Amino acid sequence: MARYIVRRLLLLIPIWIGILALTFLMRVLVPGDPVEIMFFGQQRDPEVVAMIQRDLGLDRPLYEQFFIYVWGVMQGDLGTSITTQNAVWDEIKARFPYTFVLTLTSLGIAIVIGLVAGILSAVYKDSIIDAVAMIFALAGLSMPAFWLGLLLIYIFAVQLGWFPVLGEMSARGMVLPSVTLGVIASAVLARIVRSSMLEVLNEDYVRSARAKGLIERTVIVRHALKNALIPILTIIGLQFGGLLSGAFVIEVVFAWHGIGELAVIALQRRDFPLIQGVILVVATTYVLVNLIVDVLYAVVDPRITYS
Amino acid sequence: MSALQDEAREQSSSMRALSGQRMRSRRFDFVRAIAKTYPGKIGGVVIVLIITLAIFAPIIAPFDPYAIDPVNRLQPPSSQNFFGTDETGRDVFSRVIYGSRISLQVGLIAVSISMTLGVLFGLTAGFYGGVVDSLIMRFIDILLAFPGFLLALAIIAMLGPSLTNAMIAVGIGSAPGFARLIRSVVLSIRNTDYVMAARVIGASNFHIMRNQVLRNVLAPMIVLGTLEFPLAILIAANLSFLGLGAQPPTPEWGAMVVSARTFIRTEPWLINFPGIAIFITVLGFNLFGNAVRDALDPRLRKA
Repeated sequence: MARYIVRRLLLLIPIWIGILALTFLMRVLVPGDPVEIMFFGQQRDPEVVAMIQRDLGLDRPLYEQFFIYVWGVMQGDLGTSITTQNAVWDEIKARFPYTFVLTLTSLGIAIVIGLVAGILSAVYKDSIIDAVAMIFALAGLSMPAFWLGLLLIYIFAVQLGWFPVLGEMSARGMVLPSVTLGVIASAVLARIVRSSMLEVLNEDYVRSARAKGLIERTVIVRHALKNALIPILTIIGLQFGGLLSGAFVIEVVFAWHGIGELAVIALQRRDFPLIQGVILVVATTYVLVNLIVDVLYAVVDPRITYS
Repeated sequence: MSALQDEAREQSSSMRALSGQRMRSRRFDFVRAIAKTYPGKIGGVVIVLIITLAIFAPIIAPFDPYAIDPVNRLQPPSSQNFFGTDETGRDVFSRVIYGSRISLQVGLIAVSISMTLGVLFGLTAGFYGGVVDSLIMRFIDILLAFPGFLLALAIIAMLGPSLTNAMIAVGIGSAPGFARLIRSVVLSIRNTDYVMAARVIGASNFHIMRNQVLRNVLAPMIVLGTLEFPLAILIAANLSFLGLGAQPPTPEWGAMVVSARTFIRTEPWLINFPGIAIFITVLGFNLFGNAVRDALDPRLRKA
């Protein structure tokens, strides 16, 4: 097991270098010379321009710039924000926990709703419960997250006054954004849970479990669900990426000061080092979460041995 | 040799005629299979309705979607302005109607971009195999390390915010999925007898790709395309909501919601009409996409 995790971590290195290369290329491919942007519409002294280019390492060949970038990232140096003049890493570090907690809470909500709806609709296939659950899932799949968020704000914050309208960085302030994200993510999950449960419910071992007189709940949770978990886990891993992306929008809707909001502000101000940093951090988180999912496969299903 | 080739070609063309006939009747089966299900019916009706709205927008919409009327700003829905007016007095109903044009355009262009890129990369990787395949697939693995929306954001960051760039970004963002699917189909048919047969009669790589491989790729590609279509609309609406897609005063639904956000306490209908429009459109295409998938490719039903 430990060897497997180490091997998977090693396999991650080329992917991570790829992510670094893409985020690096992002800055290179941006139209316009950064020094040009700094001096926009002003007199420029060629000597000063050369100095800035040297400072930013722009006078070196591209591959050298890339190594300098990677070296910097390894040491936690993601550059300096153009607009705030703070270190990008500090900006991200201050906000990342908020996004992470929001995403995890939403994931928890999504898993609870998704599992319950999916299992119920599989067990009571073709019943009214199944129909309602699947209509709910389809609606969740088609609902723009920002609209659902605003609806919840209108109903629960403006009308009922149960929750703060915007920007309260507290547990109470996190209820509406995490419910919004969680409900939408649960839609995909419910569909996968249903289909993989349906597949498993026809298996011989489920019939045997029933035949030996186990109560239905044990049959479903211990025997069926356990075997249906692999595709469900895969989707949960992928949904984490969906939640991280969804956080970009939802954080703006609820003025939740996480890295999603930070990225959108940076995008609007064209603050490149900041955008680059957020994209790198989010992609890295996503890859790591999927590594955890891969490891969980082996935990959930002992038949999977990684040699 | 040439006689043999001619014979083979003749045979294959007569076979093609036969299979063409079979295909045509199968195509009707396919349409019937979609129309038979409720999702197919409802989705189809919604789609036809939205396309009609988009085409006849100038006739249906009672007002110019850009016409400002400061005297009648923020009016509630009435018999004159069915959906009320926005903060500059523009007729929300007309703007929602015109918005259908933009959403359909976004879906169409974004999906076309991802299909083209997906076919290009997937076909090349699957068909040539070896180093080419490894290189392309490693590149796609890296792209897939980014959640689709993040990739779109990165592209917008480079190209700058606009509706056109949002379509390009969404298209590129979902291309890796297409490439992967097409590669897997190509791999599964690369060594079939009929591809071998085509090779034996001396068909060129291009000929085989076009006539044998691409035809087999078509069905799964249509399925994925119809499923991606509503997703593309949704992502583009999200981008516009963030101010990274359609710019005001364009009557785009996501952009309309964001400018209506300020008035949520006093004029809640302003967020709801464009919101409902997105919801119904995406729902319609999702329903239809599910029906297409079930009819065309039962193997994908689980996905």
